[in-house]
Amino acid sequence: MPITYTSNEQIEVYRFSLPAAILIPLIAVFLQAFVPLRFHFFSIFDLPLLVVIFFAVARRSPVAGLLTGAAIGLLQDSLTGHPLGLYGIAKTVVGYGASSLGVKLDVENAGSRFLVTLFFYVVHEIVYFTVARGLVGLTLQWSWSRELGSALANAFLAVILFALLDRFKQRT
Amino acid sequence: MENLVTRYRNVTILMVVLFVQVLGLAMQVKRATQDESTRLIRVWAVDAVTPFEKSIVWFQRGIAGLWHNYFYLRGVRRENRDLKLEIERLRIEQVRLNEDAEQARRLQALLGFKEQFISKTLPAQVIGSSGSEQSRSIYIDKGSRDGVRPDMAVITADGIVGKVLRVFRTTSQVLLVDDQTSGVGAILEKSRLQGVLRGTPLGEVVLEKVMSDEAVQPGEKVVTSGGDQIFPKGLAVGTVTKVSPGAELFLNIRVKPAADLSRLEEVLVITQQLEKEPALLDGALPMRAAEILAQRLPSVPDRPPDNPNAPPPPTSGLKIYSGPASPGTAAGPKPAGAGATTHTQSMQTPSSTTASAKPHVDASVTPGSAASASKPDASGLVAKSPQKPHASAAPAANNATSTAYSQSQPSAKTAPQPKPPSSATPTQEPPQ
Repeated sequence: MPITYTSNEQIEVYRFSLPAAILIPLIAVFLQAFVPLRFHFFSIFDLPLLVVIFFAVARRSPVAGLLTGAAIGLLQDSLTGHPLGLYGIAKTVVGYGASSLGVKLDVENAGSRFLVTLFFYVVHEIVYFTVARGLVGLTLQWSWSRELGSALANAFLAVILFALLDRFKQRT
Repeated sequence: MENLVTRYRNVTILMVVLFVQVLGLAMQVKRATQDESTRLIRVWAVDAVTPFEKSIVWFQRGIAGLWHNYFYLRGVRRENRDLKLEIERLRIEQVRLNEDAEQARRLQALLGFKEQFISKTLPAQVIGSSGSEQSRSIYIDKGSRDGVRPDMAVITADGIVGKVLRVFRTTSQVLLVDDQTSGVGAILEKSRLQGVLRGTPLGEVVLEKVMSDEAVQPGEKVVTSGGDQIFPKGLAVGTVTKVSPGAELFLNIRVKPAADLSRLEEVLVITQQLEKEPALLDGALPMRAAEILAQRLPSVPDRPPDNPNAPPPPTSGLKIYSGPASPGTAAGPKPAGAGATTHTQSMQTPSSTTASAKPHVDASVTPGSAASASKPDASGLVAKSPQKPHASAAPAANNATSTAYSQSQPSAKTAPQPKPPSSATPTQEPPQ
């Protein structure tokens, strides 16, 4: 039975089947944990974040976006050695922001997807670093060059990945 | 008020969700110093992800094993030959090191020095990572069911890897030494300066708490100090790559880990450590290198009997088959039977050839038995020979010793040729 998250009838809102809504984030978290063991460069990507952005802009519902972000973020937190909530908070903010933006802008073409991912990757990192340093007391080093490089890499991957995930969209 | 909440419903929900997470985060940070149990959400997440990882690793290893063990055998013959030569060289080196070790044990016993021994290890397969650059940890396929407990040390043959952070039923999370929350007691091998090994946010490893007026050179080895009560003393940690002045009168010593932390596939979990004072060996008499060599090398000849036709002494089974035709049965410093027995015990390994070694030695005492007619084949395994027992007596005597030794000597063809006792002196140079 498909789950529908719709709020705005004036724009095109998509829904996802239950298996897709569960398995896609799970596979993203799994790949994020497994692939860097074999290909170390893969750790610059954040597949769960890309999935959060994709679901958020497709559903165009801020509540659904932030809840999806919180769930995927907490799942990702569970695999790290850090306290639960670091990725959860960052991805909640991104989920809310991306879905709110999706309500106002057309984010269906490759160019806008690239820019949206670029922007929200930086937002995600800023929130993560702020929480990690301010609340948990981790010593993280911010490097603009490194973050922008990662943001570009994730944005390129997002264009390809979103095109792939478009197949799972269902019109409401 | 109600209209306000309805109007800003989305923002309100966002604030509530964020507040709950921040609250949860604050509670976890507060409890971090206490004995915190693993949270259920972590158990669920790990249970959801690790079965896939285990399956893929299992499948990948199966394919790789099939390819490397049955199809791609190029260069194996040459590698085998090289390894045999290496074994010969290491055997000679072992004799010299044994003497040094024995001397060190005697001195440690005199000083009442306690040693830490790794008594049990558990091999484990790396099946996943945390997936985050900020948290450097890996998952292994062994958990509480296999006897893994938190704070156990994890190592490879190259050096230390990390410690067990969380234990689940069939998997465990290992915090790597390059994580910024890890800390390992370490010591510089030459200068004996102690410090704390920590990871940096960028994934580098640094040795902290070494005073800036100390002289530390790049290239110096770093080993564990044992002070953290997790890693036994003396395990390889890494090599100093860069030394620079740090903050607060301390040096900033960058260390390259000995184990390649980005390409871990198999690790060892130290499940049991023993701490005891080194005891002297039985007899506690200092042994000379020649005596050790006489025990270790199969080719050290025994003394020939005065009368070749005389029956052998009953205590020396191996001398039954010794004769003048065999150069390897000349006089030695001690009875061959005793030497062979000692040798069999000291070189015991869990390999399959071990099982064949002792029966062969024992069987040689009883002529006519099936095992007495056997001899090591080219691969070092015992094979039956159609020869009559007495016709092959002399080779069998030699082979009995060789078989007992074959636990560490894969091929009978590569066995050292008999040498006069004078060659077994401490001044002997190892063959290059």
